[in-house]
Amino acid sequence: METITFIREILLAPLLEGTIVTLKLIAVSIPLGLFFGILIGTGRVYGNKFISSFCTIYTLFFRGSPLLVQLFILYYGLPSIGIFFSPFVAAVIGFSLCSCAYHSEYIRGALQSIKSGQMMAAEALGMTRFKAILYIILPQALRRAIPGCSNEIIYLIKYSSLAFIVTCVELTGAGKIIASRYFEYTLIFAVVGAIYLLIVSIVTKVLNILEKKLEIPGIG
Amino acid sequence: MKENKKIILRVENIHKSYGKEKILKGVSFEIKKGETKVIIGPSGSGKSTLLRCINQLTIPDQGKIFLENEEVTHHKKEINQFRQKMGMVFQGFNLFDHLNALKNVEIGLVKVKKMDKKAAKEKAIEELKQVGLKKQANLYPAQLSGGQKQRVSIARALAMDPKVMLFDEPTSALDPELIGEVLEVIKKLALAGMTMVVVTHEMGFARSVANEIIFMEDGMIKDQGTPYKMFNNPEHERTRKFLYKITELYGKSEE
Amino acid sequence: MNENLAVIYQSFPYLIRGVIITIGLVTGALGLGFAMGIPMAVGQVYGNKYISGIISFYVWFFRGLPVLVLLFLFYFGLFSLLGFNLSAFTAAILVLGLRSAAYQSQIFRGSIQSLNEGQMLAARSIGMTKVEAIWHVILPQALRISIPGWSNEYAILLKDSAVTYAVGVMEILTRANFVATRTYRPMPIFLTCAVIFIVLTYGGVKLLDLLENKVKIPGYGEER
Repeated sequence: METITFIREILLAPLLEGTIVTLKLIAVSIPLGLFFGILIGTGRVYGNKFISSFCTIYTLFFRGSPLLVQLFILYYGLPSIGIFFSPFVAAVIGFSLCSCAYHSEYIRGALQSIKSGQMMAAEALGMTRFKAILYIILPQALRRAIPGCSNEIIYLIKYSSLAFIVTCVELTGAGKIIASRYFEYTLIFAVVGAIYLLIVSIVTKVLNILEKKLEIPGIG
Repeated sequence: MKENKKIILRVENIHKSYGKEKILKGVSFEIKKGETKVIIGPSGSGKSTLLRCINQLTIPDQGKIFLENEEVTHHKKEINQFRQKMGMVFQGFNLFDHLNALKNVEIGLVKVKKMDKKAAKEKAIEELKQVGLKKQANLYPAQLSGGQKQRVSIARALAMDPKVMLFDEPTSALDPELIGEVLEVIKKLALAGMTMVVVTHEMGFARSVANEIIFMEDGMIKDQGTPYKMFNNPEHERTRKFLYKITELYGKSEE
Repeated sequence: MNENLAVIYQSFPYLIRGVIITIGLVTGALGLGFAMGIPMAVGQVYGNKYISGIISFYVWFFRGLPVLVLLFLFYFGLFSLLGFNLSAFTAAILVLGLRSAAYQSQIFRGSIQSLNEGQMLAARSIGMTKVEAIWHVILPQALRISIPGWSNEYAILLKDSAVTYAVGVMEILTRANFVATRTYRPMPIFLTCAVIFIVLTYGGVKLLDLLENKVKIPGYGEER
């Protein structure tokens, strides 16, 4: 029964603390990533030459390089030019910047899949391009982007574990710290893994319900 | 009834090319208040492009458009104001898929004309009633038949109280049995005095509703005249040939 | 600026040796994932309930856990427990490979399922066994269809290889960090590191695009 005592007395509290940090990380990063992803995706499709090029280069960089490298740049690199972030803030910024690049690709694909007639009809009514994008194109495109963006959200939940490598102690970090002290890697990471599986399952369920609720009657 | 009516729309010398291909080679015509002009012609003659040039969805390379004597071309900033005064009905309906019929008609009123929400809703319901679709107000485009979709799109355009309606082959994408209900609505509109430009292949409709029929081919107006003249006594052999073929295909309904 | 460029120039050979390790990681993991992924996909589509169920569980497990957790679990935990004395490099290839198998199996499964069921029917009707049909008719088509998805998996795996820093594999990022901490010039080094990854990512994807064109079946999938 040593195992159960171990779990209860030594493991549970730190892991719970770590889980809360993980939840905080994703609670901030997911909306930020999604919001800027919409901006960048829309900018790439509908923006002028400068905006569009900027969005393309942005996406190229943040999708072409590993998230971990980006985190290193933010946490270990920037201090050398005078910018200091706490581990949590660096992690959130890194997750948001990276995630939004992936979201922007899904948004871009969805925007480009909307029939051109929709924009024509909106403009024929006298809407400005901006209004047409806001009220007609985006509401439809966002629904189409849900599967892709849901996928990215799940990815972010898992990649939040990288925050540990820039010294932000979330769930994985908490596990590693205990594990190195007690040499109980298998047990501890089995529990850590189980917690991630639980979080991912719950969020997947929620996203599925959301997708159902937002369905346009008659389509799909 | 032939008083000196006001000229609502004037199209002057419109040219448009896509790359090397010249689609419109200098098209001009004008239309008075309450008139219905029907444009016919073979595919590729530039009819749809011409309509889109009128409300500047396509910018012509050369030429001018005047709405009630105000120039529409070369006024990028005010184009949205002008478009509110021109209603367009598309071949592919282009209803906003994420909104139900009522909201489709409402949205222009709320977001463009900045009408009060309650007033907009009432007006939208009234417009849907006029096209016979009050009961379908809460249905979404994917749940409507082609004919119903087109009637909603007509209601949507009419809700904006346009000075002129532009119809771009409104029935070409419809199954044959659904064409009638849409033509009925358009005819009713013409009889009520709306100024309209209709691009269509429906000869029976053209014959019974048009004040003037314009025949376009190769990006130019080749012939024009009253239905009687065009069907019985056109100036050009080509017009006669085309009308004969088309009437054969689409039937001589609505005598 | 000049000092930055000098540092990059001097450390480049050291970083490039990391590229070789990274490519080794990616090739090994992709290969393992491929070798496992195809039978898994076939098992899920054509196998019975039990086989299909086990595979589904495997996929759920290896896709649901973060890479970092898998690395810690296996390298520090399971491998030691089971008595394997693997280097970080080998362990990393194994873990990344097992994980990639889970993702690749779903790519192949999707491709196989997207094929017209008439393909299998026709193959059986000329006397092929199920296995022969899968080998000669289904897989040749499914594999070609899978190339875009597989290309995506390559890109993801390449970027995930950086996470093996956490178990001490001497790949690009580990070496970049080594140099950065010694030269006190993290920015230029880590930016160079990012650029190296970007080049590898898009270069690899481009190569796979060429491959896709080379093995393309003329007129495939186009409606007449």
